[in-house]
Amino acid sequence: MITRFFKQLTVWKSIGILLLLAGGASTILRFSQGLGASTNLSDEFPWGIWIGFDVLCGVGLAAGGFTLAALVYVFNLKRFEPIVRPTILTAFLGYILVTVGLMFDLGRPWAIWHAIIMWNPHSVMFEVAWCVMLYSTVLGLEFAPVVLEKFKMHKTIKILHSISIPIIIIGVLLSTLHQSSLGTMYLIMPDKLYPLWYSPYLPVFFYVSAIAVGCAMVIMESFLSSRAFKRSIEMHLLMDVGRLAVLMLLVLTIMRALDLVDRHVLGLLTIPRMETYMFWLEVVVGMLAPLVLLSMKKVRQSETGLFTSAVLVIIGFVMNRMNITITGMEAWAGKTYVPSIPEFSVTLGIVTLGFVAFYYIAKYFPVFPPEHGAADGGAHTPDQDWHGGMNESSRATVHTVR
Amino acid sequence: MIQKKAMLIDITMCVGCNECQKACKVQNKLSDVEEKKLSPTAYTALSEYDGVFVRRQCQHCEDPTCASVCPVGAFTKTPEGPVVYDVEKCIGCRYCMQSCPFQVPRYDWESLNPRIYKCILCADLVKQGLPTACSEACPTGATKFGNRDELIAEAYERMKAEPGKYVDKIYGQKEVGGTSILYLSGVPFEQLGFKTTLQQTPLPALTWNVLSKIPNVVAIGGTFLYGIWWITNRRDEVRQYEERMKNNGHDQHDAPGH
Ligand code: SF4
Ligand code: SF4
Ligand code: SF4
Repeated sequence: MITRFFKQLTVWKSIGILLLLAGGASTILRFSQGLGASTNLSDEFPWGIWIGFDVLCGVGLAAGGFTLAALVYVFNLKRFEPIVRPTILTAFLGYILVTVGLMFDLGRPWAIWHAIIMWNPHSVMFEVAWCVMLYSTVLGLEFAPVVLEKFKMHKTIKILHSISIPIIIIGVLLSTLHQSSLGTMYLIMPDKLYPLWYSPYLPVFFYVSAIAVGCAMVIMESFLSSRAFKRSIEMHLLMDVGRLAVLMLLVLTIMRALDLVDRHVLGLLTIPRMETYMFWLEVVVGMLAPLVLLSMKKVRQSETGLFTSAVLVIIGFVMNRMNITITGMEAWAGKTYVPSIPEFSVTLGIVTLGFVAFYYIAKYFPVFPPEHGAADGGAHTPDQDWHGGMNESSRATVHTVR
Repeated sequence: MIQKKAMLIDITMCVGCNECQKACKVQNKLSDVEEKKLSPTAYTALSEYDGVFVRRQCQHCEDPTCASVCPVGAFTKTPEGPVVYDVEKCIGCRYCMQSCPFQVPRYDWESLNPRIYKCILCADLVKQGLPTACSEACPTGATKFGNRDELIAEAYERMKAEPGKYVDKIYGQKEVGGTSILYLSGVPFEQLGFKTTLQQTPLPALTWNVLSKIPNVVAIGGTFLYGIWWITNRRDEVRQYEERMKNNGHDQHDAPGH
């Protein structure tokens, strides 16, 4: 018994279990001793990685969901259908985990429902809270057919199909609003946020970078799933997703450059201080490098090239959000902030939870299209029982459940 | 109309006796130990810069950032001027702390039932037409309570009466659109730890400019997305229809009507 248990325990699984245990211990610390004991937050530095990573990055990394939903159902690019379900699942899990992370960070989590009845339409956070609530519901509806299919509840699926287009359009709108609003949250701190990051265009930057990282996440997740589930990779699709990512990166790079010129802060790019280094690191590693790499057809066509570029985009995105929440705030706060070990372990624990949940859901529910033999090289034609999402209007390419 | 109240703090008159903090602690029933920094138990505190004393507390902004950002509206600017906080609403997100341009709100980090603490300009007293506890306690008149416009006029008079004594600025008159706490100083404000680069218009307008566009984004975005969907799907329908026609041997090429 026990030896069998240890034989099955691979390296990744052990790491996962360790991270979950550490996260669990920190959870106990957080909820029994409070934020003071578990975090390095302070009156000068009230927001740390639980907001910077768990919330800001979490929401952004889940942006693949609305991007692909828009491509497939609104723009009718049905060839992307085979990767819609895993992406929606990632997004759905992402939003659930963002909410979990928020519960750690809120000082009075039991009062979170106040946002539903105590309105302050002037508050960006109020708007984000509403969008996230509604969009999580939308994602739930978008993913529901997968669960319903498993239990053969075809009638309910049919009802969902009939309202799918409005739901998907609402989802895209909600995402547009709150992805950009996370940037709007910082507009009210023009004196606090270091000028290399503060820009009146933060909402636009947040939106465009979210789409770019959404694409990168689709690529990364397809690679990881192909390893975990020993599936072939949909390279032809991922190459196109990479092209969308490169387009977004290009737009982002041009806008950010023009914005620096416009605000007359180019001089800051050369003064030797922490912010400058972090800015360059973020821009070169996370924006310019993947931009150049993904522009090359050779890179897009190679599995390693595509995967590496996607990882760079994700790193760049995370660095951008962390620079805005931490690096860019330190000068004004007059204090440095390094996350505490419990802060790190809660964050890592939440990420691990996401991987574990994805693994088991993908294992037991029809998330991926069934494979048609080994020789098929990734070009799947969805079979009778499988179709990408909840939309029915695509009779030409996809069979719907009757 | 209710007169806007304010406090004029003349730094040149402050002797650093700390009576304001003591009175504040009594008024708000806070622990009576002397504190040098704002904290959950010190809504006002003195900082010293080479023998010059500056008392700090919430500025009671005319258009408060804290009230604008709070998702549940826990902060309110009362008609008399004080910015007050309602713990019953607060969810503890700390956006108010993160965005206050004067770094004022304090948090109860050790507590499992934390809340925000800050000066409330003795809102209850002020509502009854009474002065704040600290201004009553101040032995030198360095802290003076009164109507905001009258205090501003008085500040200008003091500057005129003794040329060269003060720097040419009333801190709080214009900062972030004006505040209910006004300062006069003989030393440049930036040397006393004041943020002197703040913009002169209210900060909440920065986010409201964007937020108020949401209805447009929804309307235009919704129409746009629906339009795209309609066009792309119509193309499909037409193609299918044509295929069907061909298969059926018809040579009629009309698109299906809706
Ligand atoms: S100083 Fe800060 S806490 Fe006080 S009213 Fe202004 S924004 Fe609010
Ligand atoms: S911590 Fe409380 S008072 Fe401050 S913004 Fe959040 S909910 Fe409002
Ligand atoms: S009571 Fe008046 S003189 Fe004493 S510290 Fe306060 S402001 Fe200064």
